[in-house]
Amino acid sequence: MKLSIKEKLHLQKKDWFLIALILFVAGLAFFLHEFIGGKGAGCVTVKVEGEIQGVYSLSEDREIEINGGTNTLKIRNGIADMTKADCPDKLCVNQKAVSKNGESIICLPNKVVVTVDSSENSEFDAVAQ
Amino acid sequence: MRNRVAYFGMFTALALIFSYVETLIPISFGIPGVKLGLANLIIVAALYKMALKEAYLLSVVRVLLAGFLFGNYFSILYSLSGALLSLSVMALLKKNGGFSVIGVSIAGGVFHNIGQLFVAMLAVETFQVAYYVPVLLVAGLLTGLVIGILAQELLRRLTWWLSQS
Repeated sequence: MKLSIKEKLHLQKKDWFLIALILFVAGLAFFLHEFIGGKGAGCVTVKVEGEIQGVYSLSEDREIEINGGTNTLKIRNGIADMTKADCPDKLCVNQKAVSKNGESIICLPNKVVVTVDSSENSEFDAVAQ
Repeated sequence: MRNRVAYFGMFTALALIFSYVETLIPISFGIPGVKLGLANLIIVAALYKMALKEAYLLSVVRVLLAGFLFGNYFSILYSLSGALLSLSVMALLKKNGGFSVIGVSIAGGVFHNIGQLFVAMLAVETFQVAYYVPVLLVAGLLTGLVIGILAQELLRRLTWWLSQS
């Protein structure tokens, strides 16, 4: 007789509880981000090794060379995307483009962090070079 | 296990081979940083078949060797934090009882990702990676489930094989 998947897996009660807990926390984190994160064109902060290199508005299309050319960030239609990086894994390039408050693109090898901030503290726009 | 040193060597070799096989599989789940973690299959097996001390040693040796061979300084750091947190949580759940191999493996998968995220936050000095948490949790759950099912089958056969030899 063929066993059902459930019987084959031998999952215990605590296993199901664990799975439910993980899914619940994941769902909670997702909704918190979706609803508290908020939308709207703000600006992106570019940090290299924790130090702010520049703040750029998302409403303005441009291409930014970061860290002397190791990474290239492209801003288009209110979305910031890492288009080029000289690191071997290219995780930051493959990462999805960011536009929402609190989202970030991170290039670990080059220690580059690009974060989206709300438009409220965009007085640093002038810093953009 | 009669010959601990021989078994430890074999487990290390297996874990290393799985790490290598994983670099060959171009599986991308469309999410950066997420992979199956085949080597964790061996770690889970070691958790059930070896002393905890040996499982820790195996985990560290595996990460260091695989890191030097296929990775870099960064990948070793992230792998190590993920691997150690994952193994600690797995050992805790196993000791606590009530969890099957699959449940233990799922917790291991999830905490592997959490450990890596934690080091990533420290490395880049930002805490705004929270939006990535749900993705990593679900990814850890799924990879942990797959590894857990494999580990359960492996352990069942391993027990039979050890009783025969």
